[in-house]
Amino acid sequence: MDILNALVAFLNFVFIPAAAYGAQLALGALGVTLIYGILRFSNFAHGDTMAFGTAITILTTWGLQSLGVSLGPLPTALLALPVGIAATALLVLGTDRVVYRFYRAQKAAPIIFVMASVGVMFIMNGLTRLIIGVDDQRFDDGARFIINVRDFREWTGLAEGLALRSTQVLTLVVTAIVCAALFWFLNRTKKGKAMRAYSDNEDLALLSGIDPERVVRMTWIIAAALITIAGVLYGLDKSFRPFNYFQLLLPIFAAAIVGGLGSPLGAIAGGFLVAFSEVAVTYPWVKVAGYLAPGWEPAGLLQLLGTEYKFAVSFVILIVVLLFRPTGLFRGKSV
Amino acid sequence: MSSNRQAAQASPWRAPILFAILAILFVLEGTVRNGMFSGSWNTSLAILNMGLISAITALGVNMQWGYAGLFNAGVVGFLALGGLAPVLVSLPPVEGAWAAGGPRLILALLVGLGTLALAKIAYTRTRRGWIMVLVLVAGFVAYRWLFDPAVTAIEANDSARTGNIGGLGLPILLSWLVGGAFAAAAAWAVGKVALGLRSDYLAIATLGIGEIIVAVLRNEDWLARGVKNVAAIPRPVPYETDLQQNPAFAEFAASWGFGVAEASGIWVKLCYMSLFLVVLLTVILLAELALKSPWGRMMRAIRDNETAAEAMGKDVTARHLQIFILGSAVIGIAGAMMITLDGLMAPNSYNPLRYTFLIWVMVVVGGSGNNWGAVLGAVLIWFLWIKAEVWGPNLIGALVGPLPDGDIKSHLLNSAAHMRFIAMGLVLLLVLRFAPRGLVPEK
Repeated sequence: MDILNALVAFLNFVFIPAAAYGAQLALGALGVTLIYGILRFSNFAHGDTMAFGTAITILTTWGLQSLGVSLGPLPTALLALPVGIAATALLVLGTDRVVYRFYRAQKAAPIIFVMASVGVMFIMNGLTRLIIGVDDQRFDDGARFIINVRDFREWTGLAEGLALRSTQVLTLVVTAIVCAALFWFLNRTKKGKAMRAYSDNEDLALLSGIDPERVVRMTWIIAAALITIAGVLYGLDKSFRPFNYFQLLLPIFAAAIVGGLGSPLGAIAGGFLVAFSEVAVTYPWVKVAGYLAPGWEPAGLLQLLGTEYKFAVSFVILIVVLLFRPTGLFRGKSV
Repeated sequence: MSSNRQAAQASPWRAPILFAILAILFVLEGTVRNGMFSGSWNTSLAILNMGLISAITALGVNMQWGYAGLFNAGVVGFLALGGLAPVLVSLPPVEGAWAAGGPRLILALLVGLGTLALAKIAYTRTRRGWIMVLVLVAGFVAYRWLFDPAVTAIEANDSARTGNIGGLGLPILLSWLVGGAFAAAAAWAVGKVALGLRSDYLAIATLGIGEIIVAVLRNEDWLARGVKNVAAIPRPVPYETDLQQNPAFAEFAASWGFGVAEASGIWVKLCYMSLFLVVLLTVILLAELALKSPWGRMMRAIRDNETAAEAMGKDVTARHLQIFILGSAVIGIAGAMMITLDGLMAPNSYNPLRYTFLIWVMVVVGGSGNNWGAVLGAVLIWFLWIKAEVWGPNLIGALVGPLPDGDIKSHLLNSAAHMRFIAMGLVLLLVLRFAPRGLVPEK
């Protein structure tokens, strides 16, 4: 038995990557859930909006880098982030004005909104292709590791190494700050309370003098900020590729539904739940098993599912929730 | 659907005129050679054939959306699943594959399905979650114990050339029906879970199943060789090279004033076209008959007001499941036809934008709820989608011509091919808003 080495392997390959991924999903799911709570439809353009915001941030980062601006150990992308958020906010406000507002006034069925969001998705996808193309882009700079494998081995004398990348820590820190700010906004400020009131009961909110258009604008701006941050963090942590962002749509939806659509707390819990299940199911556990029970480890990889099937994990979680608790863990909007 | 800005009654000449315009476009593509058209009948017919397959797919989507208001965001998955059928049905059997692990593989799949069924029975009988989890875990271990060695053995069998389970060597046309059955089975599983809940849940669940089916095709080498692709899928029509060597055909081609090479291409495409037209017309005929029957009226009643229909004693969820399966079966048939036309199974080509959402644009533009509209929309949008690849760069080239050479000019020229995504998004949004009933509205 070598519990310490097993623990380090677990932290290194499962816990830390899943925590970072979970934070990124949580931010994405918060955006979905807010839009769902206020505008009452599932936004299929979410992934491509994420890609658009990230693309703008990347271009700004490159501009800053060529000017010689840098944040020292932190990635320059953090400086470029406000530009990305502003551009994305303008874009989604524009699409709301041109596309969704008309259907809102008509009180169209939610599925019509979903169709319209598919149209928006095409346009955003085209815009992203236009400005940055379809290829992989890397834009992280600054310090790469907070703890690297060799130093960790020297410090502790363990056989198993542990790497803690700066982007992973950054993801968690930024997510914590963003979530704290969001909950403060929703619970303590007048605008935030107006948003929650509108989400709970539209007619009652209208009667108490809440301007629906202002609530909707506020929602889009917050959602734009959330998904741009999520996209940039994901891009820093892994890499930027527009199609991967489109594919993130499924885990993000799964996270939002698991938590209960319309429930911000649920979205965060759902994000981590989906991420941890995905990583745990696709990780080959043979190494950890080897430390825990030397000589007894099985011949196989102890991998429940190939990494290529990580989407199946979100899908299964989604199905289980739909079967057993369609309102989600935190009792979101009803069916 | 119900709210729209269009006149309630469209002219009866509307559909024929639009189809005539479409025909003229294809004739121009075949005869005129300039910046816009290629002037080659081979190109024109190739676009038309793929357009016909898109039309059948659009008919399937139209059944789900137009008849029942169900949003299927996983069309690509059902198409891909249908495409698996020609590989499994009509390829010649792979020597030694079956002996290597065939029975064990079948047993593994049966154990997998049996586990799911048993888990469901266990849960409905006992209502205890832990028993179900126990069944699932035990079943999964048994499944992997059977499955993994079988797959390793099959993939090791002549892996450079085949390495898959191989087909049954049956006629290719039979595989079209099998493709429909595959897609229908998948649709049953998804529909059983996601129907009866919020309408967006079906969209999200189908989005997921679509991704997963494509991932399976990409990674399960024993099934259809994964990304190594399966080529040389049998054809229901003659091969060009055989035609070119046939003196009678050469004479026939010369009498029409074509070269033998060109004529053989055209002849093969015409053969495909007639096959596709037969399928298309059969599907339309059945769909129209169904729509005019009491069953069709019930479906439309459910779509227009679920609550009222339910109050009249209609089982809305069961009817939705029915139409969802039927529509998916049609999509599966189209998927099998597509692989037959290409003669190649390449899982990497299944892109959701192209195979799910473009089909949606076709249905909405053509006219949701109207079968002829879906066909018109499919062929028209497909034509524009292909031609936009040529027109876009030409247009941009003409626009930026006066600009000085440099980074901006080359960037614009390079990105012109992406313009069609924006164009399709715009078309969808404009039609959805200003003509929600499409080019050929529902009667």
